Amino acid sequence: MNNRAIVELDGICVNYGEVTALENVSLSVFEHDFLGVIGPNGGGKSTLLKVILGLIKPHHGSVFVFGKPPARARSRIGYVSQRSVFDRDFPASVWDVALMGRYDRAGIMRWYRGEDRAEAEKALARVGMLEHRGKQIGRLSGGQQQRVFVARALVSEPELLLLDEPTASIDSTMQSEFYELLEQLKDSLTIVMVSHDIGAVSVHVDKIACLNRELYYHGSRELTPEILEATYQCPVQLIAHGAVPHRVLKEH
Amino acid sequence: MLEVLQYEFMRNALMAGVLAAVACGVIGVYVVVKKVVFISGGIAHASFGGIGLGYFLGINPIIGALFFSLASGLAIGAIITRTRIAADTAIGILWAVGMALGVAFIGLTPGYAPDLMSYLFGSILTVPFSDVLLMLALVAVIIAVVVALYKEYLILSFDEEYAMAVGMPVARLYFLLLAMIALTVVVLIQVVGMILVIALLTFPAAMARQFTHNMKTMMVLSVLFGLLFTLGGLWLSYMLKLPSGATIVLFGGVVLAASLGLSRLRIRYRETRTPA
Repeated sequence: MNNRAIVELDGICVNYGEVTALENVSLSVFEHDFLGVIGPNGGGKSTLLKVILGLIKPHHGSVFVFGKPPARARSRIGYVSQRSVFDRDFPASVWDVALMGRYDRAGIMRWYRGEDRAEAEKALARVGMLEHRGKQIGRLSGGQQQRVFVARALVSEPELLLLDEPTASIDSTMQSEFYELLEQLKDSLTIVMVSHDIGAVSVHVDKIACLNRELYYHGSRELTPEILEATYQCPVQLIAHGAVPHRVLKEH
Repeated sequence: MLEVLQYEFMRNALMAGVLAAVACGVIGVYVVVKKVVFISGGIAHASFGGIGLGYFLGINPIIGALFFSLASGLAIGAIITRTRIAADTAIGILWAVGMALGVAFIGLTPGYAPDLMSYLFGSILTVPFSDVLLMLALVAVIIAVVVALYKEYLILSFDEEYAMAVGMPVARLYFLLLAMIALTVVVLIQVVGMILVIALLTFPAAMARQFTHNMKTMMVLSVLFGLLFTLGGLWLSYMLKLPSGATIVLFGGVVLAASLGLSRLRIRYRETRTPA
């Protein structure tokens, strides 16, 4: 059954003071969807993820995640934030960071148990970072760090994975490796990925949503120039390779 | 050297030094990695209001400092989390108001304030046994909280946004951290004085950070460096006939500077040897 709605947003409005971040956004994400959310910077992409996580309460509209208010569904959500702002010298190893994902399962004021360590080991192996478990997190490359953060999201055994610009801080070879990793994960998870990299998104995801305050499009990954132009509010050129758009450039 | 232990004041001083090292070693790691050094400095200075209140009410000034540092820690936390006033402005307000209150209370107290200098600059050699017991109780509370909430504070100091995303009670944990810093300040006032507290909250942790990337190891090393600084400084002050608080801080500063310098040299040496 692929039609169970995991995330249901209905008429969401979010304002930051005078600025409107999201306006009347309605969106459903179904089980085993791999949804890419694209749109310009400041278009409300990160805000959308934070609404799903329950970190931001919308001023209007309703949010249900697994049929519950988002704060009560949190233990079933894995989240990888845009860039973890942390000190490169922070005293934590890859292993420490992966275990952080077990916080919710272990419970407040309790130490990690054997099963928590077993899950951390599994998750690090899954993203190919187990051999680096003893290394300081700040000493890894951006791509390796991102893998560890994905592992941290996976150790809580989530059913929904939210990724906010996961490839923003890593180079292009690392990016294709990262998308391969997501390909492997998408069979067992529902994934919502926010990105400004239209080319990569349209190649790897199954469904696309175009967001610029309002939701301009939501459907299969075949995008037309008209949709992109409406979303970005400026001409965007598509260079098609076969059936899927591969590279998107701004028109000069 | 061991014959000094026959004096009660020396035994109290050693116990106070060890307790101070444990408190500043453990909490100093959070102060340094979470970058709240100047919030801690603000709490320390604001506690002077409590010392003044203690004189005014005729109670132990340390008890007054305990209440004032806790109250100012929570006040700074409330201003930072609930208002739009910037953190450093909040620190400046609490810092100055706390000290001014202290001066005002002392002015209102008839007669003169004995031992005032020892609260400002520390006087490890005159710590009474009752205060050692108070320090022991505070250190026990601090250790219990850190043991119970180690994983929470690791996440919180690493990435606050992630902590919120997984539903941790971030604000409450932040207030509790400020309260622990306030208790640590009270423990350290006896040893180096409120003006120099910031040194013991930063030097041992900054030293330890160079040698490990594991937070638990960093805490253990930081306690050991705290011991080195307090007991080494105490011994030096005895040998050189210098005030103990200032000697502890200067000794720690010299060791830290030397060690940071050596680290830099070591890194540069390694870089020149690595082929480009």
